[in-house]
Amino acid sequence: MEILLSLIPLLPLLSACLLLFWQPKIATTQVIGVGSVSLAALLALSLNIALWDQTQFVLQTSLGQWLTIDKLSLNFTLYLDPLSLVMITIITCIGALIHLYSACYMKEDADICRFFVYLNLFVSAMLFLVLADNLILLYLGWEGVGLCSYLLIGFWYREVKNSQAANKAFIITRIGDTAMLIGIILIFYQFDTLNIQQIQAHSQQLLQNSELLTKGGAGIISLCCLLLFAGAAGKSAQVPLHSWLPDAMAGPTPVSALIHAATMVTAGIYLVARNMELFSLAPDVLHFIAIVGVITLILGATSALAQTDLKRILAYSTISQLGYMFLALGAGSASAAVFHLMTHAFFKALLFLSAGALIYCMHHEKDIFKMGGLRKSQPLLALSFGIGCAALASLPMTSGFFSKELILEQTLLAQQPLLWWGGVIGAFFTALYSAKLFFVIFFGKLNRPSTHNTPRAMAAVLIALMLLSLIGGIQPQGVFAHFTALEQSQIPAPSLSALEHWLPIILPVLTVILAWFLFIKGVFTPDSQPSQSSVSIKQQLERFLHSGWAFDSLYHLILIKPFRLISKYNHRDIIDQLYRQLERLSSLLYRQLSRFQTGQLRHYSTSLVIFCILAIAWGLTL
Amino acid sequence: MMLFTLVILPLIGGFLACWSQRVHQDAPKWIAAICTLVTLAFLISIKLTNNIENLELWLVDEPRAWIPRLNITAHLAMDGLSFVLLLLTLLMGLVGLSSAWSEINQHKGFFYGNYLWTLAGIIGVFLAMDLLLFFVFWEVMLVPMYFLIAIWGNENRRYAALKFFLFTQAGGLLMLLSIIALTVIHYQQTGILSFDYQVLVQSPIQSELAKWICLGFIIAFIVKLPAFPFHTWLPDAHTQAPTPASIILAAVLLKTGGYGLLRFVLPLFPESAQFWAPLMMTLAGVSIIYGAIMAFSQTDLKRLVAYSSVSHMGFVLLGCFSFNFYALQGAVMQMLAHGLSTSALFMLVGLIQHRFHTRDLNHLGGLWHTLPKLSAMGLFFGVASLGMPGMGNFIAELLVLLGAFKQAPIFAIVASSGLILAAVYSLRMIQKSFFGMNLNLETSFSDKKSSDNSSKNDLDNSSAGLRAKRLNDAHTHHITDLSVKEGLTLMLMCLGLIIMGLHPQPIFTLVNSSLMEILSLIQSPLQPESPLLEVQL
Repeated sequence: MEILLSLIPLLPLLSACLLLFWQPKIATTQVIGVGSVSLAALLALSLNIALWDQTQFVLQTSLGQWLTIDKLSLNFTLYLDPLSLVMITIITCIGALIHLYSACYMKEDADICRFFVYLNLFVSAMLFLVLADNLILLYLGWEGVGLCSYLLIGFWYREVKNSQAANKAFIITRIGDTAMLIGIILIFYQFDTLNIQQIQAHSQQLLQNSELLTKGGAGIISLCCLLLFAGAAGKSAQVPLHSWLPDAMAGPTPVSALIHAATMVTAGIYLVARNMELFSLAPDVLHFIAIVGVITLILGATSALAQTDLKRILAYSTISQLGYMFLALGAGSASAAVFHLMTHAFFKALLFLSAGALIYCMHHEKDIFKMGGLRKSQPLLALSFGIGCAALASLPMTSGFFSKELILEQTLLAQQPLLWWGGVIGAFFTALYSAKLFFVIFFGKLNRPSTHNTPRAMAAVLIALMLLSLIGGIQPQGVFAHFTALEQSQIPAPSLSALEHWLPIILPVLTVILAWFLFIKGVFTPDSQPSQSSVSIKQQLERFLHSGWAFDSLYHLILIKPFRLISKYNHRDIIDQLYRQLERLSSLLYRQLSRFQTGQLRHYSTSLVIFCILAIAWGLTL
Repeated sequence: MMLFTLVILPLIGGFLACWSQRVHQDAPKWIAAICTLVTLAFLISIKLTNNIENLELWLVDEPRAWIPRLNITAHLAMDGLSFVLLLLTLLMGLVGLSSAWSEINQHKGFFYGNYLWTLAGIIGVFLAMDLLLFFVFWEVMLVPMYFLIAIWGNENRRYAALKFFLFTQAGGLLMLLSIIALTVIHYQQTGILSFDYQVLVQSPIQSELAKWICLGFIIAFIVKLPAFPFHTWLPDAHTQAPTPASIILAAVLLKTGGYGLLRFVLPLFPESAQFWAPLMMTLAGVSIIYGAIMAFSQTDLKRLVAYSSVSHMGFVLLGCFSFNFYALQGAVMQMLAHGLSTSALFMLVGLIQHRFHTRDLNHLGGLWHTLPKLSAMGLFFGVASLGMPGMGNFIAELLVLLGAFKQAPIFAIVASSGLILAAVYSLRMIQKSFFGMNLNLETSFSDKKSSDNSSKNDLDNSSAGLRAKRLNDAHTHHITDLSVKEGLTLMLMCLGLIIMGLHPQPIFTLVNSSLMEILSLIQSPLQPESPLLEVQL
């Protein structure tokens, strides 16, 4: 079984190397690229089956030694427990489906080989991330997925806009990553180890005998958690490091589905869930995480409402759903977060892939207001969008419903009514924009007919994801029971009031009905005359929301502009100018002094006489 | 005699190369290649014949009287630290030869002669145990390098070569004064007149002057490193130097500064080094950030890479003055990894310049379409230099930060912001040169634009001419992707970086005992370490 485990991340890596050096024909590329990930998925599923009955299991396998210096000892050890098993199952299965989809989606691209190299490399790095047993190996995977994300966002490199988006994504996440690296160093000095399990065990000891923890120690641990969370916030697009994700939609759509919805952006959730014992030593930080989560989920949901670009709507929606997961983590319920992570991976991948198919059918049209009435011509896509949006809006009996309910319930159990209200308001906006998305595209009048049909392979993937989105929420005991270890709250569950119980269930349904009247019956239409003389508050608000609460302009003002200014004015290196002045001074002296050397005897004798007089005068005055 | 052979081989090879031009035009480069290979083989055979598993400090030790009157000896010795740096020197020497192979066409004999003499000087610097001998080698590597830049350089080569020479020579003068002062004071205190490192290390001098003597050494070395504010010779030297000289300069010559700090400053002046440590860490922090910001604002690719060197070598300085084991290991690793990644970047810039006759980022772009292999390599080394885990640079920076954090958390945090800035300038470089629009389309566009401006001054005129030439090249498909030799060289360097990133242990083991020795010398006066929980932020 250990060998199977080590094969799971190595297979995609191997195929990436193979494709890189071999550069085979398109068909072979597709087979190798898709095959390796599918094989990894099969292996992950077989591990699932083998470990189904066990509730507490740990599987470890070492791929070799990395380095040992003094107390610092790092190995390439893979560590499998229920949490990482769930993660690798999601990554490989969704990954395999999306690989299959992209084999079809990208088949006309000349660079398909490069595409699959990046994509396979990504899957491998992501698997290393979730299987790592020490923080530095985790960081290796962490940066690896960041790199692949960068490469894939800028995949169509001829457009300068794409590579700028890629740079933005990399640099913003890098800011978080650097904070995280400092956090890791701090943890190393605090615990004398970087092994994640040892850190957790140590934290648990500290939690049980709280007298071991000095005041300063508690402060340092809070700082560690905060820094780790900064890394998580960067990767998972939380406020204030969220603004890269909407721009990251410049990449090919399967990439958005795999990296920027289902897997990579959830790495932050995984990081916090993995270190839950450490985080539970710092309740203040957990509270902070919950607050950031709520702010993010409201920001994402309201901004999604104001977008017109199909993929940007989905991007903001991803930000908002990630906010829910952090809310759950902040409430101390890692299992709810991971559960939502799983269902979100299903339905968001479904939505992105359907969007990709739709954009493909509509000749690369991304503006939802230029679509409309498509339910007749694209019944499959209508169905898949319907299911995806329903799950996103968490209509009852979809997968998103169960997980979001659980998060809201856990928030109440953690006695955070204010955050609960934030979550409910977010749920309202979520339902509103999902309904808007669905109604605007598939109802109303037909704006532009679609020509293509969805290719068969794509359709198969969509159907598989539809099923997962529908039934994925029925809690399989195998997934859920394992997480009891991660639960923090031992508070006896206070009974929920009727309002608290029913509001989250009723609200999405009501909102969808509201949306029907708003968007289809024409109570609310997008402003078709932007040339109105006075800018109304509504327009300003819309612009504010459209820009994602104007974070980009803020960063431009306080970071990018000063930086550019410095580099512009200091282009020639001020220090070098100092040395240049030295050079100028010496050449000036040279020119002045060389004037004395005229070659004429009378000048020399005059100066000699003057010197003598001065010397004698000086001698006399002494 | 073994170690002397290491120095003498390239010296003789240099003369041979000079002379052989009379026999055949291509003879010098073959002689240079064979000579470097033989030296390399010799180095490895020394390593293999001397059992390194026993943790003896010096692998080989060869004293010989030179000027007995002043007790100056020709004393060479090699330990793990010198060995890895020598290995780097010779391997990068080969890489430099590979890039010189078709690029250098004038005065071949003299070029390869100077090239080998520089190598000989560097090898001597890494081996010398007598301070005066060290100084001699320090000068020996300097003068041929001056010629390499001044004769085979680009348009502004005289200025750059002179600047390079003056900066290092000023540092060298300070070092000479310090060496003499050190010996004299040592003589007064112990009655032993000796320039020998191993004698001087035994009894660190107790004097008020020690601080200033130490500073003299430090300045000589950080000019070479180079650290802020002595860095300004580097961008000019790199921009004007021919590519092979750039490679040697970046890969090895800068490392002599780091080596000097590790080998001489820390052990000879344990107390004074601690006195200067806060200043040096500040300079390191400033170098890291200032270098990165300057790299961002450059449009010339070579200048960009040169400033990024300043930023990276800041980590070496930080590591040296953090006085702990992680940081020292990190500093050595950084020297090696930076040697590989930066010289590869210089080589790539050289290849680009060779093909397009420009290094200006504003005139490049979309290279991926025309030259996918070269661009992929550029991407790899760009990413390596921004510190991607899995490559040597990351291990190095991690260890330096880890070590520096223990000593002075503030500096570690400041330095880590260099990681963010490294991403900023590396990605800008990658984007501007490899991504973007197709070259041909863009060229015609920018030509049209520049033809309007070209009347303004002559400089623009000439660059427009260059661009027109490039356009022709692009149209007639003269531009070819990496040749097998170039590709192979770069692939090997990739492999080296990845091995350093994933399996760095052999290198750590090699330098382990040398660094232990240095650390034991410096830590003896150090007070016991403070408990970790009281880390002040």
